[in-house]
Amino acid sequence: MTAPLLDVANLTAAYGHAQVLFGLSFQLHPGEVVALVGRNGAGKTTTLKAIMGLVTATADRLAFRQTSLLGLPTYRIARVGLGYVPEDRRVFTDLTVDENLEVGRKAARAGVSPWTPERLFDLFPNLAEMRGRRGNQMSGGEQQMLTIARTLMGNPDAILLDEPSEGIAPVIVQMMAGAIRAMKAEGVAVLLSEQNWAFAAGISDRACVIERGEIRFQGSMEALMADAELRADTLGV
Amino acid sequence: MDLSFLAIQALNGLASASSLFITACGLTLVFGVTRIVNFAHGSLYMIGAYTAATLVPWLLELSFGPVTFWAGILVSALVVGLIGVLIEVLLLRRIYGAPELFQLLATFGVVLVVQDLVVQVFGPQDILGPRAPGLRQPVEILGRRFPSYELVLIAAGPVVLGLVWLLLRKTRFGVLVRAATQDREMVASLGVNQALLFTGTLFLGAFLAGLGGALQIPRVAANTGMDLSIIAESFVVTVVGGMGSVPGAFLAALIIGQLQAFGILIFPKGTLVVVFLLMAVVLAVRPFGLFGRPEVIGGTHAVGIASRKPQRNGMIWGIGIVALLACLPLVADQYLLKVATEILIFGLFAFSLQILIGVGGLVSFGHAAFFGLGAYGAALGVKWLGAPMEAALPLGLVLAGAGAALIGAFVVRLSGIYLAMMTLAAAQILYAVAFQWVDVTGGDNGIVGVWPSAWASGQSAYYLLTLTLVAATVFLLKRLIDAPFGYALRAARDSESRAEAIGLKVRRHRWLAFVVSGAAAGMAGGIYAFSRGSVDPSLLGIPTSVDALTMLLLGGIQTVTGPLVGAGVLHALRDQIMPLTSLWRLLLGLSIIAMVLIFPRGLVGTIRHWREERA
Repeated sequence: MTAPLLDVANLTAAYGHAQVLFGLSFQLHPGEVVALVGRNGAGKTTTLKAIMGLVTATADRLAFRQTSLLGLPTYRIARVGLGYVPEDRRVFTDLTVDENLEVGRKAARAGVSPWTPERLFDLFPNLAEMRGRRGNQMSGGEQQMLTIARTLMGNPDAILLDEPSEGIAPVIVQMMAGAIRAMKAEGVAVLLSEQNWAFAAGISDRACVIERGEIRFQGSMEALMADAELRADTLGV
Repeated sequence: MDLSFLAIQALNGLASASSLFITACGLTLVFGVTRIVNFAHGSLYMIGAYTAATLVPWLLELSFGPVTFWAGILVSALVVGLIGVLIEVLLLRRIYGAPELFQLLATFGVVLVVQDLVVQVFGPQDILGPRAPGLRQPVEILGRRFPSYELVLIAAGPVVLGLVWLLLRKTRFGVLVRAATQDREMVASLGVNQALLFTGTLFLGAFLAGLGGALQIPRVAANTGMDLSIIAESFVVTVVGGMGSVPGAFLAALIIGQLQAFGILIFPKGTLVVVFLLMAVVLAVRPFGLFGRPEVIGGTHAVGIASRKPQRNGMIWGIGIVALLACLPLVADQYLLKVATEILIFGLFAFSLQILIGVGGLVSFGHAAFFGLGAYGAALGVKWLGAPMEAALPLGLVLAGAGAALIGAFVVRLSGIYLAMMTLAAAQILYAVAFQWVDVTGGDNGIVGVWPSAWASGQSAYYLLTLTLVAATVFLLKRLIDAPFGYALRAARDSESRAEAIGLKVRRHRWLAFVVSGAAAGMAGGIYAFSRGSVDPSLLGIPTSVDALTMLLLGGIQTVTGPLVGAGVLHALRDQIMPLTSLWRLLLGLSIIAMVLIFPRGLVGTIRHWREERA
């Protein structure tokens, strides 16, 4: 197997005195889609935030392309090549679609064909028709597409997606699945946190099941599909 | 009053609106991105004026002409922009995450530092700059002469608005600034280095402040009072327009410019009042200003006293200390007693503020209003009603309480920074009334001859009277803090929505807190008036409010006894150091900044922290 893109060993994180993560270890390889699944409050969102330096975290190793992320400010982590799409979407509501994309723009590494607004509009055709529209005049699904497109403008090697299917219409969920497959096809690795089991199962290569801040299971999606008992116990599906 | 006169008045209004907008625009931009209300913005304006008034004549000596003049103005503004960068890198960068109160105090520390530095660098005298070459002849408008420089100013406002608009809409920097105004964390998550963004914003904001100041030199002599007068007006403009909104600031500046130009015809002595009343009305109707929006992310994070078990010995300690203080006249001389009296008075003043800030989480930046109302209430009672001290003191207390009830009714609808600005505005209104209503208040000279009754006129007797009143009031307030009322206030401070959800009437509690706190501050003010024998508008000024805040900070905002200790230490230090140096404000400013940066717990808070660490 190739060297991991994202290498996490014994990650812990806390909000104030309340510890949320208790030593998570997993890896994300180039071009791979990994789903963090688990119940509400299991620690999925916190894991992503800890990687981005948005909550205080400790780890034996937290590295992206062999660069340690521990102690780096968030913007430096983003510049290493990690994109982040938060669960509450957070488009800049005062900015137009084009301006939102501009905020996310970063130069691509040499030899990589960079994302442009035009390429992104191929991925998300809805956005192409509303380039001048402000974020506050968009539906939830359109905002979700915009946040993903905005993050891709930074030409990340890997993208952290927090609950991409939450609170959006089923037809948009389908479109989101297509977008994630397209990203994978472009060589972008995806780490997604997801409660929608069917959605996660349909697009992911591997899964990590998180329960109360610890990893209960880690392996291929097929193995998790096969283990009905584990799924019923940890996910209720 | 013919048409041409009205037209000229309107043009005058437009000229001052332009100047005001250019400065306020910088303030609102900086607030939008950094979420810091930069008190030092007025100081940057003042530096701009002083720099230009010194630099431009020198340049004109070298080469006389319009180009030189305008180049000098621009260079002055650039210099100020660089000073803004310095302030960002050295200070603001360290306090972005601090509570609002600390940010306001730290930037006010810069105000104090700059006040002394400006005198050191440019000298104590006012400096009037040269008139602009090529614009020295007035033009004739409707048969009246109008200074042509004012016409340039009128144009400068819209030009700056246009340029800022272009910058914000058409450049990557502008897009990032607007994005950061809304959600800083998300901007960082997208890989934008905020430090650069913030430094750039501070440069722009300071540049605009410097430009605003530099443009004034042919009209107004650069003077040491211009920082606080412009900052008060800029606050009004940004608050009325909606904090962070550039078009809002423009509209607000236009309204205020015209209000001043025509207000002076209707209420020649009430222009300041009119401006601040406008702010009060706008905030009452639209709590986030004309174009502002409610804060979406973050919100306020109040610091305040924590709940802890009542100390069993507290009462005994209290009685012991009061008894010791009561013995002071046996050993102390007249001077020391006078100082001790003042310390007690300011202790009460700071303690009354603690009810609002530490208990209620209501960052009042205009507590001088109530102190001053108490002092003026007592003094007016003596002057106009011939009241003896025994009647005048309660009069001051009632006036302050009533003022607090009125101001509080407006203010409790607001939160965070808007609340701080509104209380500041309220204090400035009262300051303006005291300053401009000469027939009643004596204006700048104030009221003299406010002496205590014969039985209390000795230094010892007055000290003991002060001690009695202060101890009794502090005791009552302390009981209030520990009563359900105090718990309700603290609950609302920590989470307004949860407090409301369990059925507390948050606004009523806060309003009551204002009344109680205002009355107590008024009591302090009344005692102060009789101890000095006079009152003057400075009692209502911003520095008086900041004094109380500094005592609170010094003693420790998270403690109940902190304000009392802070008052004692600050006053004693001032008494010792002020006669020795002409740079007292510089020292005080640096101390405030240092406290915010390295010592935010205050004296009492730090001592308690040490004890708890060891335990």
